[in-house]
This record gives sequence, C-alpha cells and structure tokens, in this order.
Amino acid sequence: MELILIFFSAAIVNNFVLAYFLGICPFIGVSGKITSAFSMGMATTFVMTITAIVTWLIYHLLLVPFQLEFLQYVSFILVIASLVQFVEMFVKKVSQPLYRALGIFLPLITTNCAILGLALFMVLKDYTFIQGVVYGVGAGAGFTLAITVMAGIREELDLADVPKPFKGVPITLIVAGLLALAFMGFSGLISI
Amino acid sequence: MKKQLTLSKEYLKGLWDQNPVFKQALGLCPVLAVTVSAINGIAMALATTFVLTSASLIISSIRKLIPTQVRIAAYILIIATFVTIVDLVMKAQFPELSKALGPYIPLIVVNCLILGRQEAFSSKNTVGRSLLDSLGMGTGFLIALFVLGGLREIFGTGTLLGFQVMPDFYEPWLVMILPAGAFLTLGLLFGAANSYLQKKEQDEKNYLIEKYLKAKKEADEMGGQAKWN
Repeated sequence: MELILIFFSAAIVNNFVLAYFLGICPFIGVSGKITSAFSMGMATTFVMTITAIVTWLIYHLLLVPFQLEFLQYVSFILVIASLVQFVEMFVKKVSQPLYRALGIFLPLITTNCAILGLALFMVLKDYTFIQGVVYGVGAGAGFTLAITVMAGIREELDLADVPKPFKGVPITLIVAGLLALAFMGFSGLISI
Repeated sequence: MKKQLTLSKEYLKGLWDQNPVFKQALGLCPVLAVTVSAINGIAMALATTFVLTSASLIISSIRKLIPTQVRIAAYILIIATFVTIVDLVMKAQFPELSKALGPYIPLIVVNCLILGRQEAFSSKNTVGRSLLDSLGMGTGFLIALFVLGGLREIFGTGTLLGFQVMPDFYEPWLVMILPAGAFLTLGLLFGAANSYLQKKEQDEKNYLIEKYLKAKKEADEMGGQAKWN
C-alpha cells in the first residue's frame, strides 16, 4: 500500500516537472510532437529506474560506510553520466528498433536535472531500496505523463493564432502554468 | 574567425544581448523553482555565479590539457566540486537560506547554463575573457532571477525583500508563489521581452524602408526631371 502511495505521489501529486520544476529543458525542447515526447518520456523513465537502483546502492554501500557523504554530488553525476553512456551502448547492441526510437534522446538525459534530482530526493527522503526504485518509476511515469500531455496541447496549439511575441517558448511556459494549476487539483490527495 | 569583442562588451553582452534566461532560455529549472521571493533568487544567482566563474577560471586555464573526448566529464567533475563547496559553505553560514533552496543548490551541477558556457566559451578563450564572460552571464542570470523573484514576491505576498510595498487592503495572489505562478510569470516576461525586441526590429526595418523610399523618390525626381526635359 505504501509503495502505491509513493508511486502516485511521485507521478501525480508531486509531479517532477509541474511541481518541482525538474527537467524543464526537455519538457520545453522535446514536446513538439506526441511520438517523440512519449519516447523521451520512456527513455527518461528507463534511466530514472536504473539511476534509482545504482545511486541507492552507491550511497548506502559505499558513501555511508566510509563517511564520504560529501562526495555524493560528484559521485552521483559521474555515475549518471557513465550510466547513460552504458545504457546507450547496451540498447544499441541489443535492440536496434529501440535504439532508433530512444537513441537521440539518451545523451540529452545526462543533463536532465530530473535524474540528479531523483537521486538527491531519494537520499533526502531516506527511502529503503524498494521504495527508492518505486519512487524512480513513479517519477519517470509522471515525467512521461507531463511531457506527453504537453506535446498533445502543443500540437493543437500549432493551429491556434498565438500573438506573435508569444510564439514558441513563452506560450509553452504559459500552457505549462495552466497544466500546473490543473495538477494542483491533486494536491492533498496523498500526503507522503 | 569571429571578430574579438572589446573587453567591456565581453562582460556586458551577458546582461541583455545574450541574457542566459531571456535570450538563450538556459538554466530554467532553478529560475522557476527558487524565485518564490527576491532574496531566494539573489542567493541562487550568486551561488550559480560563483560556480560558473570558478569553473570557467579553472577550465580556461587548463583547456589545452583536457582531451577532447572526455571534456564533458571533466567539466562536470570540476563543476560538481565547486557546487559541493558552495553547498557546504551555505549550510554552515546561511542555514535558513540553504534550507529554503533545498536540493536546488546541488542541482546547479546540471544547470545547462554553466556547462553551456564552458563548452561554448571557456574551452576556447583565454582566462581573462572567460572570467569576464562568466561574470557577465552571472549578472544577467542575477537580473533575471531578481526580476522574476521580485515580481512574484510583490504580487504573491505584497512584500519585496521582506518589506511591505503593497497597501494594506491588497489581497495577495496566492497563485504567484505556487508553481503555476512561476510558469505564468516567466511566460509573460518572455513574451514582453520578445514583443519589445520585435518592435525594435520593426522600427529599424521601417526606418530603413523609409530611408530607401526617400532616396528612391529623390532619385526619381532627379531622373524624372532629366527625362522630362
């Protein structure tokens, strides 16, 4: 039960993009089309899940026993960067179609602050291993949801007559604001 | 090769012409997240500027020693080191501010503004120029964060830097200090900046067209006279 709560809390109530402002760059940059937005979301969820597993292990088995917590930022970012590289090589080797679908998005994920944010929040909230993994999947699902909804709105927006100065980034930000308002309706649903 | 800018321009370009937030839309995550109040915005901008400047100094001075293939990893490591320093100093000296900014201080590591400047500028330029460039970008970032944080604080709580600026009967707009307010305010500011620029561009265009028409008219008159006579 608690795990389900963590999942929905990360995915909907405390959505990474709309409540914590993490991963804004891909949220604005890759939300032009539904298909690519969904692929980006999937790739991010994938990396987030693995990041949750690996950073939890590193933090609790390596940094805490040797009292090296102050190295967490350096080690987390190194782990994430090499992890993304590794995942890219692995996917390329194992499944060509999957690589073609996710490939171009993978390098972008290294600098996606949602990934490092996930690792930091996980340490901050002091989750156990299972909870951490569920949190990672939930956060990824929330990111996918937000970016796909956004892409759907932007596809419709292409046909709308937006005032010229607001074309592009400004109108995207305003739509994101309205989305954030909508997601606020979920707040208080789960308090965890 | 691109023409070298004068040293003062190297600094000033970050303030407006290449403002990291309004022109390049870089580093938006912290911009949106911490600007609940002006003071948070300033603290965040100063922390970012410190990391940006120190990283630029180190990277531009060892730019010839870093192999191209691993440069991104090397940059990130250098940046992460300075972020750790900032985080520890803030925790020790300004515990309240550090608590308010929370995980967004460590997230400076993945701020694309910092990595972007290293890749685009410090890795190709001398130490002095990189210093000016990063200070300029930092100041531009500070301006953007202060404007956004100030606006949100004024409308959201009726104060600026803790002092009351709105009259007593003013009812604060709660939405401004919620996440939605951040997106809406930044979107409107972005739009305003764009409309100002487009108007300026249009004015310049109009001026050129007018000048052209005038010149043409004069030429026509001269030519016409020549033809008629």
